[in-house]
Amino acid sequence: MNTVFNIHGGIHPAEEKHLSNPGIVVDAGLPPSLVLPLSQHIGKPSSLCVKPGDYVLGGQLLAEADGMVSVALHAPTSGTVIAIEPRPVPHPSALDNLCLEIACDGEDRWIECTGCEDWRAETPESLISRISGAGIAGMGGAGFPTAVKLMARERLPLKTLIINGTECEPYITADDTLMQVDAEGIIEGAQILAHILDVEQILLAVEDNKPAALAAMKAAAEAAGGGCEVVTFPTKYPSGGEKQLIEILTGQQVPAGGLPADLGIVCQNPGTAVAARDAVCIGKPLTDRIVTLTGRALMRPGNYRARLGTPIEYLLTIAGFDPSQNRRLIHGGPMMGFALESAAVPIIKTTNCILVPTEQELPTPPDAQACIRCGLCAEACPASLLPQQLYWYARAKDQEQLERHHLGDCIECGACSWVCPSHIPLVQYYRAAKGMIRESKAEKIRSDRSRDRFEARQTRLEEEAAAREAQRAARRAAAEQKAAAGGADDPVAAAIARAKAKKESTNDGEVDL
Amino acid sequence: MNFLRITSPHGHSPLTTSQVMQAVLLATLPGVMVLTWFFGPGTLINILFGGILALALEYSALGLRNRNPKPYLQDYSVLVTSTLLCIALPPYAPWWLIATGMVSAVILGKHVFGGLGYNPFNPAMVGYVVLLISFPLQMSSWQAPRGLGEIPGVADSLTALFVPASYDGVTMATPLDLLRQNKGLLLEDLFNNTPQFGQWAGVGWEWVNIAFLAGGAWLIYRGIFTWHAPTAMLFTLGLCAAIGFDSGSSESGGSPLFHWLSGATMFGAFFIITDPVSGATSNRGRLIFGALVGILLYLIRVAGNYPDALAFAVLILNFAAPFIDQYTQPITYGHKPPKEDDA
Amino acid sequence: MLTLLQSYPLVAALIALLGLGLGFGAVLGYASVRFKTEGNPLVDQINQLLPQTQCGQCGHPGCKPYATAIAEGGAINKCPPGGQETIDALADLLDIEPQTLDAEHGEEKEPNVAYIREDECIGCTKCIQACPVDAILGAAKLMHTVIADECTGCDLCVEPCPVDCIDMLPRKGGIEHWRWELPEPNHNKNDIIATDREAA
Repeated sequence: MNTVFNIHGGIHPAEEKHLSNPGIVVDAGLPPSLVLPLSQHIGKPSSLCVKPGDYVLGGQLLAEADGMVSVALHAPTSGTVIAIEPRPVPHPSALDNLCLEIACDGEDRWIECTGCEDWRAETPESLISRISGAGIAGMGGAGFPTAVKLMARERLPLKTLIINGTECEPYITADDTLMQVDAEGIIEGAQILAHILDVEQILLAVEDNKPAALAAMKAAAEAAGGGCEVVTFPTKYPSGGEKQLIEILTGQQVPAGGLPADLGIVCQNPGTAVAARDAVCIGKPLTDRIVTLTGRALMRPGNYRARLGTPIEYLLTIAGFDPSQNRRLIHGGPMMGFALESAAVPIIKTTNCILVPTEQELPTPPDAQACIRCGLCAEACPASLLPQQLYWYARAKDQEQLERHHLGDCIECGACSWVCPSHIPLVQYYRAAKGMIRESKAEKIRSDRSRDRFEARQTRLEEEAAAREAQRAARRAAAEQKAAAGGADDPVAAAIARAKAKKESTNDGEVDL
Repeated sequence: MNFLRITSPHGHSPLTTSQVMQAVLLATLPGVMVLTWFFGPGTLINILFGGILALALEYSALGLRNRNPKPYLQDYSVLVTSTLLCIALPPYAPWWLIATGMVSAVILGKHVFGGLGYNPFNPAMVGYVVLLISFPLQMSSWQAPRGLGEIPGVADSLTALFVPASYDGVTMATPLDLLRQNKGLLLEDLFNNTPQFGQWAGVGWEWVNIAFLAGGAWLIYRGIFTWHAPTAMLFTLGLCAAIGFDSGSSESGGSPLFHWLSGATMFGAFFIITDPVSGATSNRGRLIFGALVGILLYLIRVAGNYPDALAFAVLILNFAAPFIDQYTQPITYGHKPPKEDDA
Repeated sequence: MLTLLQSYPLVAALIALLGLGLGFGAVLGYASVRFKTEGNPLVDQINQLLPQTQCGQCGHPGCKPYATAIAEGGAINKCPPGGQETIDALADLLDIEPQTLDAEHGEEKEPNVAYIREDECIGCTKCIQACPVDAILGAAKLMHTVIADECTGCDLCVEPCPVDCIDMLPRKGGIEHWRWELPEPNHNKNDIIATDREAA
């Protein structure tokens, strides 16, 4: 299957990939201390199993997965846990979150890692538990727990595994580099994942702007024998978006609100494939990754192998950061990455790139001008949305129209903002509007529940009051009857009345219950 | 150390709104040059005078609205409006005509609604229609083209602008007028017997239209706007003309070529209906918008009372644009109805 | 008859108008019966928009009673937990001018959740009785606790507590509740014209 399909929209920003010398990995070394956020993935934060003062070895479990959609966290080196407290983390909010700090002892002693002899003989379940035990979350940027994705096989028949080596963001070369230096690892990882998913077909997708990676992958795929196919297609941003890539490779669109698994497809990042291979074959948990440090404010840009938790400050120093021309520090690529306020945050499982451009390279955007509805954004939108309409509705907070125009299908790729001649920060409008809709839906559910509870309580209180009232009335009636009977001076009648009253009050009692 | 927190994307394409507007201005150049060749420097003087006036109006309107005028004046949008309006006005229009039109376009057409991006109608066409309805005589007195009458010089043009009463140019009915008023002649005879008709349409007019077509083609090539609206408009205009051609009888509405190269056809197709603010916004919507403008243009030209119909057709469709938008939303990724053969 | 009408055109016009009126009236009347939509009663529609905090800050014992009061013509600006958003939604529903929040009933603030400092709780059940949505669990002389997911943050449990062991904590703090804000308007704010003067 050599035919590839075209997707709607897309843009061609300057690639700038040569800056970071793809194909060479530099070891970033061991910083004095590592800061590990407990939430480096999508889902619930990991739950701690060490306490301050504990001495830990490399590869030792620090926090385990909390529930289904969560992953474990391991020590990247040996040292002492010196703090467990909220710290700044790489997140667009610039807020603090719970982190664990390890003072490295510099000896880098590790626990014994044992892999399985022959993964082909293992059951998918045991392989999934190895992968989930190794704390692997998607390394392409989103950070979805890999084990959860692999469990799709239980629900749906799958036929294709796509290893997404597109890396369509400008500047980033982490996957490119990995494909060049460890193509065999990627292929083997892909085979393990395919074995787990029970799929026949493995597609390795590489954009045509990475000839060296393409050649390496082709050679490795050939050496590995059948089943793996390397597919290449023209460079265009955002071809690497999961949904876009699926359309490029298969011509099919993932149904709105659905998952690729609905089409029998699972996508994984090359880094994730290698991490899965390491977890299965040598039992090594995910504790380091390749990070592209790039931008013209660095004197030594490149791809660095860094341990998770390495502070970005430390990496910037290694890469020769020149702050004079720089105003921005970007976590991720220039299209979808978010700006960090401070370099005192660590790298995490999803950090594929740290971009430090000069002001000349990526200038601070000018003030937004009025939208002239030129429609360039609609031309560029890979999801065939009408960004100019969404912009108006987002400003007006018109949730009904936003949903009618399928805001939820926006992948926030930034192509619309990139082309906007009026420099309107469209993506931020959509993110804010999405957050607003999410929040108001949650509030609606909450308030509906409160109403039901309030009404249930009201009914209960009313019933209780009515029951009490009935009891009082019965007692009063009995007393009156007694008085009347006393007046007649008839002991027989009085006795009957007493018995009657007693009977009535027991009946009442039953109603009461 | 604190870094700037700016939302993604962090890069940007080099095209800005000012450049879009400048490109549109530049693209009017061939048309304006041909207009000047055939009708003298009147249009150029209109554009200059109107432009200065428009900038002053924009500046004061922004002042009244408590805006910093600088970024708005730099977006060139008011110059585009004024230039388009002045191209549409007859050359040698008196100053008060241009001023009235400019006030209507910039103030009524644009700032009353909230400025650039908020105007529901094409401002230049608002100005044009106000003038057409208020001053039909002045609006329909077109200078006779080169070859049929004397072309005034710059001095005469300035006189015409500032001392209107003293200027007495040679005016002539335009080919569109002649065709509408034609009652008895076969089309061929009309062409042969009337000096205003040239090879395909009116003398001068045909080249003016070709020049605007060239400018518009360049804009499409530059990616400033898409081909949808102009193509659809020219297509339906041609189609209507073909239907109403009546093999060139005395009842003929004129050939497609005649309509394509007459009056404001090309100017409208590439410079007026492509105004993104007041037009439809999706590509399918633009096709419908352009197609309807084409039909209306033909109907008003043939059956209506005014010399040309573009401004009315455009304004009427501006009303309809939000409605068209409502029903021409493209199919979003993942919303394609499942295929029948998918089992 | 025809000649009569011809000689008195006024009568003819009157009859024609009357006939049209009757005809269309009949059509409309039929349509209103035939295509009648079973809408929510107004009180329920209003109640749908209220935040269901059941806090009583509006002076009514719960959201439903306040909804009833609004349906009977009461002010729509007495709900601090709902804030301006609720007022606007109500104004939209009732087709009246939106107002600003009546400060007499409190200020709009971020939603809270009650938290019982369990070491200090003496098990008096007073808060349980005060809670309008039964979100507090506990029994006499035993420690109480708040079901945080059900708490509306109404503050009603705080006052009855004899040992002051209930704190109101913000419900939406922290990174997991963070969301993007709409971009700041520029200095050259490009809003609609009605607000232009205010910008001065």
